[in-house]
Amino acid sequence: MSATTTHDSSKNYINHESGILSWLTTLDHKRIGLLYMWTVLTFFAIGGFYAMLIRTELFTAGKTIVDAGTYNQFMTFHGAIMVFMVIIPGVPAFLGNFVLPLQLGAKDVAFPRVNLLSWYCLIVGAAIALCSLFYNGADTGWTFYTPYSIDTDNGTVWLVLGAFVMGFSSILTGLNFIATVHKLRAPGMTFFRMPLFVWGLYSTAVLQVLATPVLGITLLLLAAERILGIGIFDPDLGGDPVLFQHFFWFYSHPAVYIMILPAMGIVSELITAFSRKTIFGYKAIAFSSIGIAAVSFFVWGHHMFVSGQSEVAGIVFSFITMLVGVPTAIKTFNWVATMFQGSVRFDAPLLFAMGFLFLFTIGGVTGIFLAVTAMDVHFHDTYFVVAHFHYVMVGGTLMAIMGGLYYWFPKMFGRMVSDFWARITFLLIFIGFNVTFFPQFILGAMGMPRRYYDYLPAYESLNKISTIGAWTIGTGFLIALGVIIYAMKKGEKASDNPWGAKTLEWQTSSPPPHENFINDPVVTAGPYEYR
Amino acid sequence: MGAHHIIPAKTFLNVLIALLFLTFVTVWVAQFDFGVMNAFIAMAVASIKGALVLMYFMHLKYDDKSYLVIFFTGIFFLFVFFFFSQLDIVTRIFEGNTL
Repeated sequence: MSATTTHDSSKNYINHESGILSWLTTLDHKRIGLLYMWTVLTFFAIGGFYAMLIRTELFTAGKTIVDAGTYNQFMTFHGAIMVFMVIIPGVPAFLGNFVLPLQLGAKDVAFPRVNLLSWYCLIVGAAIALCSLFYNGADTGWTFYTPYSIDTDNGTVWLVLGAFVMGFSSILTGLNFIATVHKLRAPGMTFFRMPLFVWGLYSTAVLQVLATPVLGITLLLLAAERILGIGIFDPDLGGDPVLFQHFFWFYSHPAVYIMILPAMGIVSELITAFSRKTIFGYKAIAFSSIGIAAVSFFVWGHHMFVSGQSEVAGIVFSFITMLVGVPTAIKTFNWVATMFQGSVRFDAPLLFAMGFLFLFTIGGVTGIFLAVTAMDVHFHDTYFVVAHFHYVMVGGTLMAIMGGLYYWFPKMFGRMVSDFWARITFLLIFIGFNVTFFPQFILGAMGMPRRYYDYLPAYESLNKISTIGAWTIGTGFLIALGVIIYAMKKGEKASDNPWGAKTLEWQTSSPPPHENFINDPVVTAGPYEYR
Repeated sequence: MGAHHIIPAKTFLNVLIALLFLTFVTVWVAQFDFGVMNAFIAMAVASIKGALVLMYFMHLKYDDKSYLVIFFTGIFFLFVFFFFSQLDIVTRIFEGNTL
């Protein structure tokens, strides 16, 4: 891949304009990416704080720090914040916004104003959701299952409406990315010369556009049922509570892939860049992203095996769910094959990518356990599911976000993160994560139900271990925050291409100029021409 | 993108008359009880009205065919949603599920 640029480090997108207003009204995708970064980091801190409170409460059986009702609210806020305000916007809206136009050789996204609007939708939606705190909180869990969500306190309506508004943020970002990929690629950049992160974002964008409106409709119906008494999900009004689960999971299962597909794109970038080797099976990885996105729409019923769903539907959903393993395994094997005989550099970003490989594989394989209806009857609503979900979402997506953040940090801020401290954060997060969640597989297999405030004495020792692990993860993320803030201020100056990577974003200055490239890049080869 | 197509006012008027007529049909058939076909008939009339709006008022008939592909992708996923939800609900009845 080649690009013609003139290095001018004095003028860049950060000092192009100054003042808070210039940030709040910016149309520059890079600045909007950074707005998302701070937003997501803030929500991550809040969601993480709730996680610490949950695990601290579960350190001992019975009451440790709060009562049962407050615990239910902690659990609800942890889930809702982490899903709707952190992981869903985390990769596409933050890293995607910053990197996608650069990787395509474009000056910006297709609709810059819509891009800014999507950030405001997230902020407004989050503000509405947080209003629920003034109504004794919400205590339904992030899934808002009926009929409980119809009967419980008014805080639920605020949280639901907040999630509804945040959905628009996701849809607008998806639309923008689809249009950008189709219309703004640099001359010579065919679809099969696009970096795999772009393929991941593109597949995600399709999911965001197609699936998110269904969540909006579902949440509006729920609010209408609560406020107007229309019978849709409430059996007392002639509704069907299982129908809510169909509606909810038709969005929320693809949403799992909204969270993981772009993370897989990051891993593709990291593995090829730090192995100094052309990625193995480029087309297979690209098409497997599309494959995962397509299959993800046909599997939602595996969340409902014990909900009262029919046996026939259960068997059909079980079978289709197994198919997800195929494109996922294609990716994993290709990543391993890429590293084989590569000139591997174990810098911090690659460590996070390898952490992803290890943890996501465990998350994926335990997902196959849960796809088997006979096993799911036993594991459903136990800590086994909690562990599986966190191995995929935290072990997968958050690992990739951390790796991606360290990888693109020099491009964002023109400074390097201390590799030593970045490795320390990796070790703390990786070890802490396994200490937290692996015991939860055992707790689930022993029958401990999830979301419960109290537990039997037999579960206490494993819960203690799990809580100590959570504190370790918290320490790791706190250090990571310090490392990042320090690097922004005093980090070593970064060169334009400190990793020696081949994709277009590394062919411009660090940080890039306002319009990304001094001269429009022309693409003459694939994205990973190493050897 | 296809060339900009100006639709004659007469066509718009005809579509408007068709929509008003179909609205009348919707109200008229609501007086009769067709049993399980009630929803099907109401949805069929509404679908025809929706198609007319999409084709003429929203220019889908004259625009680039890629818009048609995007539109039918949405319809396909709506079908997927209905199909699997109904698969559950209908087979629940056959299995004698009390839900």
